Amino acid sequence: MSDSKISLRGVRKSFGRNVVLDGIDLEVGRSESLVVIGGSGTGKSVTIKCILGLLRPDGGTITVDGEEVTRIRGADRDRVLRKFGMLFQGAALFDSLRVWENVAFGLIQGRGMARAEAKAVATSKLAQVGLGPEVGELGPAELSGGMQKRVALARAIATDPEIIFFDEPTTGLDPIMADVINDLIVNLVKSLGATALSITHDIASARKIADRVAMIHEGRIIWSGPVEELDDSGNAYVDQFIRGRAEGPIQMQVHRL
Amino acid sequence: MIAVALLARIGRLFLNFLESAGRLGIFAGVAVSHCFRPPWFPRILAQQVLSIGYYSLPVVGLTTLFTGMALALQIFEGTSRFNAEGSVAWIVAIGMTRELAPVLGGLMVAGRVGAAMAAEIGTMRVTEQIDALTTLSTNPFKYLIAPRLIAGTTMVPFLVLVGDIIGIFGGYIISVNVLGFNPGGYVQNTWDILETIDIVSGLVKAGVFGFLVTLMGCYHGFFSRGGAQGVGAATTNAVVTASILILSANLIVTQLFFSN
Repeated sequence: MSDSKISLRGVRKSFGRNVVLDGIDLEVGRSESLVVIGGSGTGKSVTIKCILGLLRPDGGTITVDGEEVTRIRGADRDRVLRKFGMLFQGAALFDSLRVWENVAFGLIQGRGMARAEAKAVATSKLAQVGLGPEVGELGPAELSGGMQKRVALARAIATDPEIIFFDEPTTGLDPIMADVINDLIVNLVKSLGATALSITHDIASARKIADRVAMIHEGRIIWSGPVEELDDSGNAYVDQFIRGRAEGPIQMQVHRL
Repeated sequence: MIAVALLARIGRLFLNFLESAGRLGIFAGVAVSHCFRPPWFPRILAQQVLSIGYYSLPVVGLTTLFTGMALALQIFEGTSRFNAEGSVAWIVAIGMTRELAPVLGGLMVAGRVGAAMAAEIGTMRVTEQIDALTTLSTNPFKYLIAPRLIAGTTMVPFLVLVGDIIGIFGGYIISVNVLGFNPGGYVQNTWDILETIDIVSGLVKAGVFGFLVTLMGCYHGFFSRGGAQGVGAATTNAVVTASILILSANLIVTQLFFSN
């Protein structure tokens, strides 16, 4: 697996007594789109935050382009983070800034690009997600949820990153807007030639954007394979999850009255 | 058994206290170190200077004006009991510059600025905007916290200097118009009695209070969690801890300046 862009080996993370990641092993190949599926609270977001260095894992190794990143800090961390773009679940737009300033943020603050030049890039990135230049002058609070997601998408790709993370890209959107976002993700990732890692519990979205799917359950990867094999994975957990059934090996913590 | 449970509870509280104190100490150290290392964000710093320095002027001005006026009335009545009404001018001057303008100004800024900072940074935390900053190659300490600390530490002394003048002016208005003092004599009295140390000690206090207010606002906002309720708690804690720290730091700085 020397061609992996990102590689996780035995990554563990606990919060107090609550074990969230219990030895995650995951490979993401160069220019591959991997979708991690799994229920709420199974450690999907924590996995992404560990790779980005927003959280420090308790054990295990994470490599990006073959470089160990779990213990780096300062300038080395900045250099590695420049490879990444991230779409946050709630869009996470800076509400003190206008839309174009949000999109251009990584260019202006992160890379020191001149504001006029960065604004031109931001406008073209907004066009790529189907938003006109007039939207750039608005504040994030004036936009609908779907538009905010698209602005966040434009921000994530503004610096032409090598790796893009998508955290629940379709959560909270209507089915049509969700599909618009899915199409945008597929096209943008392809045109950038980027490596993509998405986490979602939206199976329709996973089918659309994934080359490969991995399922996480109780802090471990319990199945992974090409998206074509998702329907006959032979794994009871995966079957239950993609069909959305309450009965099966995955027991929800529901207290009976 | 009850005694053991009680001891366990006290022990746990003490450990929690040590943990928070350690976390705050590390936070403050990192934040201050980022104030002195590039890159700086002049645009953000200018916004904060405007928001803390300029927009707090009415609040601090009114606070010190009314305080100076009330002080003059009180001191006049109090000193008239032993025929020392002449001391109104210098008690107002020293009271305002050394003690009342810094402390009341600091408390008002804690309510106005500290609360807003905790709410803003707290909301940014719970909506993942702080994580987004990091992924956009921007250090949140440099972008969010250092400009606020610098603006707070420099602008509160400016506010207090303005407050000194307005407070003394408030005393003058009451003394001249209500209590019948001679205008020229009152000003002369104030001018004669005031020493540089009175002003400087007040401004040093103001710098310390400005640092404490912004530090508490940033710290509680930065570590807030759990949605709207968490941000609300962060805001309350920022104001309460800043107020208590202001009052205790006031005692310490006063002792350092005037204990001998």
